[in-house]
Amino acid sequence: MSPLQDLIASGPHLLPEAVLVVFALGALFFGALLGADRWFGLTSTAGVAALVAAGALAIARQPVAPVDVFLGAMVIDGVSAFAKALIAFAAAATLFLGAVHFNATRERRFEFPILVCLAVLGMFVMVSAQDLITLYIGVELQSLSAYVLAAWRRDDAFSSEAGLKYFVLSAISSGLLLFGASFVYGFTGSIDFDVIAAAVSEGAGGVGLVFGLVLMLCALAFKMSAAPFHMWTPDVYEGAPTPVTAFFAAAPKVAAVTLMARVLYEPFAGLEAQWQQVIAALAAISMVWGAFGALLQTNLKRLMAYSSIANMGFALMGLAAGLEQGPASALIYLALYVPANIGIFALILAMRRDGAPAETVADLAGLAQKRPWMAALFTMLLFSIAGVPPFAGFIGKLLVFQASVDAGLVWLAVLGGVAAVVAAAYYLRLLASIWFQPPAAALQPAGNANLITATFAAALTFPILVVALGSIERWAEAAVRMWF
Amino acid sequence: MDITLTHYLVVAALLFTIGVFGIFVNRKNVIIILMSIELVLLSVNINLVAFSAFLQNIEGQIFAMMVLTVAAAEAAVGLAILVTYFRNRGGIAVEDINQMRG
Repeated sequence: MSPLQDLIASGPHLLPEAVLVVFALGALFFGALLGADRWFGLTSTAGVAALVAAGALAIARQPVAPVDVFLGAMVIDGVSAFAKALIAFAAAATLFLGAVHFNATRERRFEFPILVCLAVLGMFVMVSAQDLITLYIGVELQSLSAYVLAAWRRDDAFSSEAGLKYFVLSAISSGLLLFGASFVYGFTGSIDFDVIAAAVSEGAGGVGLVFGLVLMLCALAFKMSAAPFHMWTPDVYEGAPTPVTAFFAAAPKVAAVTLMARVLYEPFAGLEAQWQQVIAALAAISMVWGAFGALLQTNLKRLMAYSSIANMGFALMGLAAGLEQGPASALIYLALYVPANIGIFALILAMRRDGAPAETVADLAGLAQKRPWMAALFTMLLFSIAGVPPFAGFIGKLLVFQASVDAGLVWLAVLGGVAAVVAAAYYLRLLASIWFQPPAAALQPAGNANLITATFAAALTFPILVVALGSIERWAEAAVRMWF
Repeated sequence: MDITLTHYLVVAALLFTIGVFGIFVNRKNVIIILMSIELVLLSVNINLVAFSAFLQNIEGQIFAMMVLTVAAAEAAVGLAILVTYFRNRGGIAVEDINQMRG
């Protein structure tokens, strides 16, 4: 097939990406032309609409068999459709929260929805990557947008420090990713995942290839904030504006875990004996570090940073199991975890006192007496993240434990259970503060947008996702079947 | 003496190590960190082009072009963030980047 024919044939499969590109470039053009800060509301609404449309298109146009596009540089398959839908809906929810928030604080800069959509475009490229260049370009498009978003509050020292830290540490991880990728290329002779997989199964490479693989895995672990590569997470979560933190905590995690799954199960499926130990170690360290690190935190955003580190550990636990349930359980885990996380950030965003954010654990004291509905939502969402039955988070943890035990990694499942119990201690500490302590000074009334989002997220954690679990499971398992 | 693939790989590995050490050991100035990041990316390019020449395969050189392009974008974004940081804090010393801890 000639390149032109390939381009024409690829077009219809890339509608979700096309929607985002058209929105981002169009909004950028009109924004620069008209000075569109006063149309912040309109641009943001269009951005949310573009993201929802991209997610819906990814589901609606999911092909029956994997389709190679751009001469095999990208693939559209079940895994990419699942991840794209989850990423797009999570990003739409956080963009909605962010637009409402920045509108209220009068920081109406039209680039916000554009940067979010460009970051999501990068994530779409990541989850569809089929060679090392596409992988790198996707990761960088996502990261470059994320650096700017972290430093969004230009006149705030914390925000620009968060952006600077994120930039420097993430640039190191990009360097590791590339150095690893160059070794993979050198020792297998190709950047294409299929050719690499064939070379690996023929036993090519040896130590150089494993070295390259381990460097790439370290870099990807950095992008998903798995310990011991998590050091940027608490600082960036704390310093970035809260809507941006909510965005970081949801969509990029899905993209990074999916990309990790693709790298492990496509080009390097033949090296499972080598990577399984690395992934299991990353999972174990993340779960334990996330659980213990959170115990001492007083800032809610830092606490959520450690919570996300621990949760990435659980997702990695699913990936470490080299069976069909492994990557499927990791994808389901993310689908069940991300809504609860967005809901909690919607509530944290809603906590304001005298126009300033109230983001410490002490600010939660006595919330149940002042705002019973918010307290009830907090309780449901925290129970879900802690993994208390019957909430969705419990089922997610159960599935990754099951996959891990089936794969013979019983020690990892036991360690995960211990970490989950320790983690439950700090979620319960928050709940004790909400329900049993004397009230702190009154908070401002929460915005309707935040309460609606949080209510919807809570409804997802129980009962919607629990009822829909069967179809999510079928979808994820059908998607990953091509790898086995 | 013939210059083989190994020589190129050793040079690239040395540059990479110098770059990474430049990031972690340097306590003075963020600009030096940006220079070290460029060094890391360029060491990768040496690797890619050396492998490409050795394998008689063009993909590595295309990859190197992509890395150069993205590195330029990355430096632009990094310097822009550095400027906002400088405006807020009045300095770019590495040891002062410590408002958030724990």
